[in-house]
Amino acid sequence: MNLSRPARLLLRLALAAGLAVIYVPLAVVLLNSVNADRTFGWPPAGLTLRWWGAAWASSGVREALWTSVRAGLGATAIALVLGTMAAFAVQRHRFFGRQAVSLVIILPIALPGIVTGIALNNAFRTVLEPFGVGLGLFTVVVGHATFCVVTVYNNVLARLRRTGIGLEEASADLGAGPFTTFRLVTFPLIRSALLAGGLLAFALSFDEIIVTTFTAGAGVRTLPIWIFENLFRPNQAPVVNVVAAALIVASLIPVYLAQRLSSDVGTH
Amino acid sequence: MPGSETAVGLRGLRKEFGPVTAVDGIDLEVRDGEFFAMLGPSGSGKTTVLRMIAGFEPPTAGTIELGGADVTRLAPFERDVNTVFQDYALFPHMNVLANVEYGLRVKKVPKAERRERALAALRSVRLAGFESRRPAQLSGGQRQRVALARTLVNRPRVLLLDEPLGALDLKLREEMQVELKELQRAVGITFLFVTHDQEEALTMSDRVAVFDRGRIEQVGTPAEVYERPATAFVAGFVGTSNLIAGAAAEKLLGRSGTYSVRPEKLRVVPGADALAGPDERSAAGTVAEVVYAGPATRFVVDLDAGGRLIALQQNLQVSSMEVLGLRGARVRLVWQRRHEFAIT
Repeated sequence: MNLSRPARLLLRLALAAGLAVIYVPLAVVLLNSVNADRTFGWPPAGLTLRWWGAAWASSGVREALWTSVRAGLGATAIALVLGTMAAFAVQRHRFFGRQAVSLVIILPIALPGIVTGIALNNAFRTVLEPFGVGLGLFTVVVGHATFCVVTVYNNVLARLRRTGIGLEEASADLGAGPFTTFRLVTFPLIRSALLAGGLLAFALSFDEIIVTTFTAGAGVRTLPIWIFENLFRPNQAPVVNVVAAALIVASLIPVYLAQRLSSDVGTH
Repeated sequence: MPGSETAVGLRGLRKEFGPVTAVDGIDLEVRDGEFFAMLGPSGSGKTTVLRMIAGFEPPTAGTIELGGADVTRLAPFERDVNTVFQDYALFPHMNVLANVEYGLRVKKVPKAERRERALAALRSVRLAGFESRRPAQLSGGQRQRVALARTLVNRPRVLLLDEPLGALDLKLREEMQVELKELQRAVGITFLFVTHDQEEALTMSDRVAVFDRGRIEQVGTPAEVYERPATAFVAGFVGTSNLIAGAAAEKLLGRSGTYSVRPEKLRVVPGADALAGPDERSAAGTVAEVVYAGPATRFVVDLDAGGRLIALQQNLQVSSMEVLGLRGARVRLVWQRRHEFAIT
């Protein structure tokens, strides 16, 4: 498409403005995490790593971080197993209600978190509590898994659609049984899709707050919840900034990796 | 040389996909060591037959025997056949050597032996030195050879080939036709070959089965199928049909029915009143079209008796100017009686 010079200039400015709205506030958070002034005066009075040290020393932060990691790993593990199985069923088999299954798996990502949260909270308390299972880390993991499954499902489904069934037929033709075929052909072909889906699932779980609020119960505090609770305490503000900055850096890595893995040439 | 034992036996084989009958009751015997072609247009059921022999599709009815044993209910990995797929289906995450070793690896052949056999198979398809390449780094022709080596290394009882040359360009295809034929003779394995290209089927195979709409129209040597087609479909699909039918047949041959003469058996004689010999027949007509094709010329002649015949003449003595000048000319087509055949 050929655009005139003023049009191109205008579009570039619009792009720059749009990106600035997203990234300048993030940059401010990063900058303030090393701002020597406790009240975030501008320009920064000086640079310091004091807040990073304080955050690291805070047992609340460390405990919350560990809870988030465990919740993320648990939800990702469930998502990997269920998402892969669902993708195989939908892509490789023809059965009644196939389209409906696909919709039902994708829906939770679109549902408002508050709805999922309330629904799960009700369900857990009605169904699990009589068995002595209260709200806690386990219910957080299950809650997160409901919307994490879809990332693995979508990635694996796309990969299976792209590779087709021909390679598995070739493997069977050469004498390999179903398990050998999965181990030597199918799994290597979907491995990067699993990794990409798993990383995204972990990232989704790691910064989730709404569903977590309704499923965590009293004793469990994930990192986003810790941030939310400490956001309006003035003397915690620098540490909150550090945690936010760390999260920015930490979520950059899985998203970057996932993007590279989804587009890699693992197929023809 | 083809033996007398049966390598593949199909009895009453049927396949229905919902309301569609893809294969409509097929009986076929392929002998040990034969180069056998299943020829037909797309949708004629030939590939479905191949996939049923490989074990990818369960037949709706009928049986499949390999070397005399019923394998109808066996899974693909339990059958002593290997397939060269149309798109080759090489494993993209393995190098050439790993691809070729795959069949031996899953059958737990010791590492040293499978390495040796894989290297020998690669040598036999002239790909020594390509062991560590990935399929994506190979040309179409090279991938085709890897697919061949990957199957031949297992020494299957029957090798199934699904349009294996379809993805290659014309020049390479002609080279591979010769090479495949030589390879088959060298290894002595039964080749069962699916193609829609009649020339490919005629040049490469010992016998041909011509498929149409899920049925076999005729089974025979290339010469039998070409010179004596059993049905109008075979006459039309294998070569140019050139039919003399109805009133024209009665006028020219003195008989009713449908008859055919191959284009290269017709001689084009200028002038409408040339004489035919005692064992010959002739028909007067007007040249409607002249197609000059280098070594030969195709004449489309409208017969006075009705109908249209195509005659193929080698350009031994004439130039393009001379043959093109014959457009619109009165000619007589002459052929030997033994080259005309009835069609049912």
